[in-house]
Amino acid sequence: MDYIIPSILVSVTLFGLIKKVNVFEAFVTGAKDGIYTLFRIAPTMIGLIVAVGVFKSSGALDLICTFLQPVTDFLGFPKQLVPMALLRPVSGSGATAILTNVFKEYGADSFVGRCASVLSGSTETTFYAITMYYSSVGIKHIRHTMVAGLTADLTAMIFSVVTVSLFLS
Amino acid sequence: MLSYIFCAMIVLGFICAAFTGNMSDLSQNILDSAQESVTLLISMSGMLCMWSGFMQIAKESGLMQKLSKLFRPILKHLFKDIDENSDAYDYICMNISANLLGLGNAATPLGLNAMREMKKKSLSDTATDDMVVFVVMNTASIQLIPTMVATLRRSYGSKSPFDTIFCVWITSVIALAVGLFVAKVFCKIGSNKSPYNRQKAKVKPGRQVKPFIVTHKKRVKCFKNQIKQ
Repeated sequence: MDYIIPSILVSVTLFGLIKKVNVFEAFVTGAKDGIYTLFRIAPTMIGLIVAVGVFKSSGALDLICTFLQPVTDFLGFPKQLVPMALLRPVSGSGATAILTNVFKEYGADSFVGRCASVLSGSTETTFYAITMYYSSVGIKHIRHTMVAGLTADLTAMIFSVVTVSLFLS
Repeated sequence: MLSYIFCAMIVLGFICAAFTGNMSDLSQNILDSAQESVTLLISMSGMLCMWSGFMQIAKESGLMQKLSKLFRPILKHLFKDIDENSDAYDYICMNISANLLGLGNAATPLGLNAMREMKKKSLSDTATDDMVVFVVMNTASIQLIPTMVATLRRSYGSKSPFDTIFCVWITSVIALAVGLFVAKVFCKIGSNKSPYNRQKAKVKPGRQVKPFIVTHKKRVKCFKNQIKQ
């Protein structure tokens, strides 16, 4: 497990060296891109973290979780993940804001924290992707794209819990 | 969309706090969370930049092209109406390899190009089977290294932020497979709705469909003749 990240770094740099790429120059260009990405997401993240904070500290989040508890208990799904799972297909940064809240509350290495990480790493902002790709070429009838995309999200929700309980606990 | 979610969270939060008497918590939390979000962003920046840097090396050294060559034979089975040597197919393969490497900034323009090429072929405002498959592939996350999540876990004190990586791979592969399966099943059910199939159905062997413009001109001619008479 400890080998994954260092070996990726070594193979990427060595491959760049073999292909005669100016490795450090490329790294600096990419890192600059990273700063821009951070700059671009910063305002959204600040706004949403505050909104999630309001929602959480007022007790509204707990209220929703309790409200949905019968359903989640039936499925064996941790109720702390429900708000994130609901928001994930709609807003990526919103889900990230809730993810930070889960980490803060339960710890990044807890069962819930790990499930949340897997869920967030294995799904995309479905609505956003569909809107962007179809509207860019003027497609109006998207047929069964939404059904297929949301089924994939639902599968990811179930399997994030299944895989974490199988491999990491 | 986001505006509604944002407003709903704040307004519902306020109402809820007013009823449950959590107002002092709430007012404290508003100030704290704004401050905390900036701390979080700063603590994330190092790892985010490092990964973007290494992925840029991968991009410039042609690792993306290598990956996309690797995918060609596999993806052929998913896209039935696309010619393997077409531009659309090149863009699709490149988009998927960029996604795998986590190069979101590179993947989006490639994906938009792929859509444009596919649209050129169908010329309709209805999505083709291939477009559906392609968009579903983009709505499921296929990423080798979930850097963003690992960065966040790191800043919240995780001892090994990458220990979920296997679970992420398994989960995303299963989710993608299910998504594609659903897409394929629906394609089979409603195959007459795909504009590409409709075009194919119109062109019967031994008979050519005349373009609309020609018939229109002929109609105009007929009309003029009638007026003369």
